[in-house]
Amino acid sequence: MLKFTSDQMSTLFSAISAMKTLYVPVEKGGEVTFGVWSETEKVRLDALKTVKSAKDLFFPQAETMMGFKMEGKNIEIQVPEEKMDEFVVFGVRACDAKSFEVLDNVFLAEPVDTYYALRRKSGIVICAACTRPEESCFCNVFGIDATAPAGDIVTWTVDGTLYWEAKTEKGEAFTAQLSEYLAEATAEEEAAVAAQNEAVKAIIAKLPYANLKVDGFTGDRMMEYFNSPKWAELYQACLGCGTCTFVCPTCQCYDIRDYDTGHGIQRYRCWDSCMYSEFTKMAGGQPRLTQLERFRQRFMHKLLYYPMNNNGLFSCVGCGRCVNKCPISMNIAKVIKALGDE
Amino acid sequence: MQGIIEKVTELLDNGTVDRVLAWKAGEFSYDRTPAVFDKESGLYGLVYDSFCVNNLSKYLIEESKKDGKVLVLMKPCDSYGLNMLIKEHRVDREKIYVLGVPCKCKVSVDKIKATGLTGILDIVEEGNDIKVTTVYGDTTLDRKDVLCDKCMVCKDKVVVVYDEKIESDETAGIEKLDRMAEVEALEAMTPDERFNFWRSQLSKCIRCNACRNVCPICSCTKCVFDNDNTGISSKANVDSFEENMFHIVRAYHVAGRCTDCGECSRVCPQNIPLHLLNRKFIKEMNELYGTYQAGTDAEAKDPLTAFTKEDAEPSVIYNR
Repeated sequence: MLKFTSDQMSTLFSAISAMKTLYVPVEKGGEVTFGVWSETEKVRLDALKTVKSAKDLFFPQAETMMGFKMEGKNIEIQVPEEKMDEFVVFGVRACDAKSFEVLDNVFLAEPVDTYYALRRKSGIVICAACTRPEESCFCNVFGIDATAPAGDIVTWTVDGTLYWEAKTEKGEAFTAQLSEYLAEATAEEEAAVAAQNEAVKAIIAKLPYANLKVDGFTGDRMMEYFNSPKWAELYQACLGCGTCTFVCPTCQCYDIRDYDTGHGIQRYRCWDSCMYSEFTKMAGGQPRLTQLERFRQRFMHKLLYYPMNNNGLFSCVGCGRCVNKCPISMNIAKVIKALGDE
Repeated sequence: MQGIIEKVTELLDNGTVDRVLAWKAGEFSYDRTPAVFDKESGLYGLVYDSFCVNNLSKYLIEESKKDGKVLVLMKPCDSYGLNMLIKEHRVDREKIYVLGVPCKCKVSVDKIKATGLTGILDIVEEGNDIKVTTVYGDTTLDRKDVLCDKCMVCKDKVVVVYDEKIESDETAGIEKLDRMAEVEALEAMTPDERFNFWRSQLSKCIRCNACRNVCPICSCTKCVFDNDNTGISSKANVDSFEENMFHIVRAYHVAGRCTDCGECSRVCPQNIPLHLLNRKFIKEMNELYGTYQAGTDAEAKDPLTAFTKEDAEPSVIYNR
């Protein structure tokens, strides 16, 4: 384990940002989001959760896929460059780091989504272990250790000192570039990190959602859950807004549309929300006519459809953003409790 | 609370109503979800306390389409929204039984968390004390310090439409703030400052549409932003123009009809102070056409829908 030798995070950030674009949690208009670091930004490493997750950096809410220009009978197709400079995102929590695995299964499976793949290849993920989990957190339910995130590099902050460990080849190569700022941690320091991690895990065990049971969500019971009478009660107050889906680190549905700019066509894609009335609307109409069906889709996808296609991996990472942000306080934890075997 | 349960039980038992629209207690001691109860389900989980903040009036659009009569617990500030829905023929008043409930201002869990508290396990209210138990220790807060922003500028404590109401003389014991103070602060800015303020706020928007969907006045059957044929998308801001315009268009659409219930700002996951757009319109209309509060009754014409020859010409007035 290494440690950062200065207590000034800005020293580290300015060193990184001299090499690559660096994203960190910054405060913008009073809310914390991943933004490009600069001396003048208000960095908020203390924030447990950004409003939107780090997903945005790999799968942005809206992106132009290509453009078309017509001249006479010729159509010129403008495809964006398949080149990107490496970038670094610092401060990714364990839940968000796990969400990349969920997204990879979708976007990196054949046929590979080249837009996402390019960003994943170019991005170096530096995680920050949690020190102060809150009541809406339940990553442990999905087997995630908040103190041992899955990134290229993992950092722990104990008593104001930043400890550092490379976890992948990419992480090791980048660590080597920063060697002048890093030194070996002592055995005592490593013990202090381990002790803090144990203390954090003890806190997580006391949180209200720590004991949610998800074992019962298995493919053989799909229709039983699909037909459960409980959906009617659960969806009742749903406003049909997209808050849960847009703050979710694992929601990956998108829509592709053509936009007439007046001097060409811009084909863009943007996040879609299964909560919206025109979600997956086709020539034949809307497959989910009521909000009950749209609401059910979201949770069936997270707890059954996705795991059935991905070796049992749930597509919820227990970050709790939906718990915090739903305007009517309905969320996946309540759904798990209501439908589960408890 | 006990009085409410007794009254609701009585009205369900004697057949006056078939269903009850109220709030349901959640997993934490502060999360409350709007819910419908009936005889079959019983009233288990029904709660009315300082965290029951959601405006229930909009749910009546769908609830009053169903068979039978629905009882709704109606807080003072939400009742203005109901009057607007009645006025605009969006609900069937005959199928609604309004039980007015008192309100001594609601407590905002976001404000409790903003004091630095996290890992909340329990919140107990005792008089003016908010006792918070967290995994990191216990704290007592003064209720007055953690009230919802909208309650700090509460219109009044009168339920304006009801069939019956439960009275209480409990108050929050706060001195109300001037409702237009925030708007005046914006007006005092230079155009550039104001532009930068709104850009920094509106650029946070993630187009979740929560503000629109929660708004009792935004009750179009099909919103223009949900119509594929318009060429605009409800899902993403294609550019910064659209990012700004979505909220401005919405503010214009509800101008003269917005009751200033504050739900838009409460539900915004990015905490954009959307109510300030609406309040600016309210302030202008008050100045131009005389003080008007939308939803005070279900009959009066809005300042923007009633034309008289004496009406002020805004551009002329403001130029003077």
